[in-house]
Amino acid sequence: MCDVADRRLSVRILQRSPIPLDLDFTCDPGDVLAIFGPSGSGKSTILRSIAGLYRPEHATIRADGEMWSNTASKAFAPPHRRAVGMVFQEYALFPHLTALGNVMTALGHRPSAERRSRAEELLGLVHLSDHQDRRPHQLSGGERQRVALARALAREPAVLLLDEPFAAVDRTVRRRLQDEIDELRRTLEIPLLLVTHDFDDVVRLATHLLIPTTAARSRAARWPI
Amino acid sequence: MDWAALRVSLWLGAGTIAILLPVGIWFGRLLAIHQFRGKVLVEALVTVPLVLPPTVLGFYLLVMFGARSPLGQAFQSLVGQTLPFSFEGLLLASAIANIPFVVQPIQRGFEAIPSDVRDAAACCGLTPWQRFTRIEIPLAWPGILTAAILAFAHTLGEFGVVLMVGGNLPGETRTLSVAIYDRMQAFDDRSAGVMAATLLVIAVGTLMLTTTLSRRVGVRRG
Repeated sequence: MCDVADRRLSVRILQRSPIPLDLDFTCDPGDVLAIFGPSGSGKSTILRSIAGLYRPEHATIRADGEMWSNTASKAFAPPHRRAVGMVFQEYALFPHLTALGNVMTALGHRPSAERRSRAEELLGLVHLSDHQDRRPHQLSGGERQRVALARALAREPAVLLLDEPFAAVDRTVRRRLQDEIDELRRTLEIPLLLVTHDFDDVVRLATHLLIPTTAARSRAARWPI
Repeated sequence: MDWAALRVSLWLGAGTIAILLPVGIWFGRLLAIHQFRGKVLVEALVTVPLVLPPTVLGFYLLVMFGARSPLGQAFQSLVGQTLPFSFEGLLLASAIANIPFVVQPIQRGFEAIPSDVRDAAACCGLTPWQRFTRIEIPLAWPGILTAAILAFAHTLGEFGVVLMVGGNLPGETRTLSVAIYDRMQAFDDRSAGVMAATLLVIAVGTLMLTTTLSRRVGVRRG
């Protein structure tokens, strides 16, 4: 097993436009870094940069003991080569595939004979074993969210990124999902980044907090302060 | 009933789809996903065959295919015959005339895929080619299917361009729609009627097929 420093996520992003960003932070395995702020402050851009879906003007992103982005040396690993699990705000499930098919899509790194049983296992983990043959439109908001989470975990990610994961569910479902993610955090031991504009998520889940601001370089602080 | 003409029409329809679908998928996806300078002009050019009178389009195609044009000369040196008034020339003309019928529905099909879904596929570890074949093609499928059926139906009904570029050579360039005109000129109303009814049945049939299939895909995708 690598040591903590090797499995740490370290991020340095600097850009002037379209969204000004000046960030320098790290996140250790087992920590939950909440990125908190209003819409348009570049929260999602930070996650997308880590996933390799967006290329900021200047970035140095290191995770899993590898350099994912380094604009100075022009190093850039495309998203499919980064061990990232990402849960999107609107879940972004594949509408033509069942819950099981969605999760199996992210298991390409496993031998094909194992994929089905591993996907079933993951759906069991998020309490969706009964719904594995349903397509996304046959699932409720909370259930879709769980499929998205199982799919993100299927990748065996070195970093888990959650983009406003509770934005589209009601308060009861939100509480339950928060508890499940808190439980996952304890078992996974990977850096977990959570973008949110609801302080309730910060209070209930975060171990560290980052508030992107244009006034000065943003750094992560331990939470609760 | 002119069976040879029906055969030419069906071959022309199938050939047009075979040529245009790969091109349309590549080009429609490009227009749907990428932003580039001059995109508006490119989109306008793609649509032009839709609004031009078939005779105007036919005229330009004849000029383009003529023995003095580079394309016409290349074809003649390769195959040993002229491009105009041949089935190959007719097929090429049909492919060009059908560009908007193919590119536009496919472009809309790819545009309908949310960018998050594409990003999620990348985050699932799928390579660009796997994303294209396993996520994008199945999701853009209704657009691709509509494009194929529209191109087929339109090719069957095309008259002006066929007459200008292909002429009226039995078994070679005489399509069913040209054969109907030919029979009417000869006061053979009965044959013209049978062929017109055939085209009508094919047209209604293909449109019913499009509706049924896209509904089925709609149910599958929810």
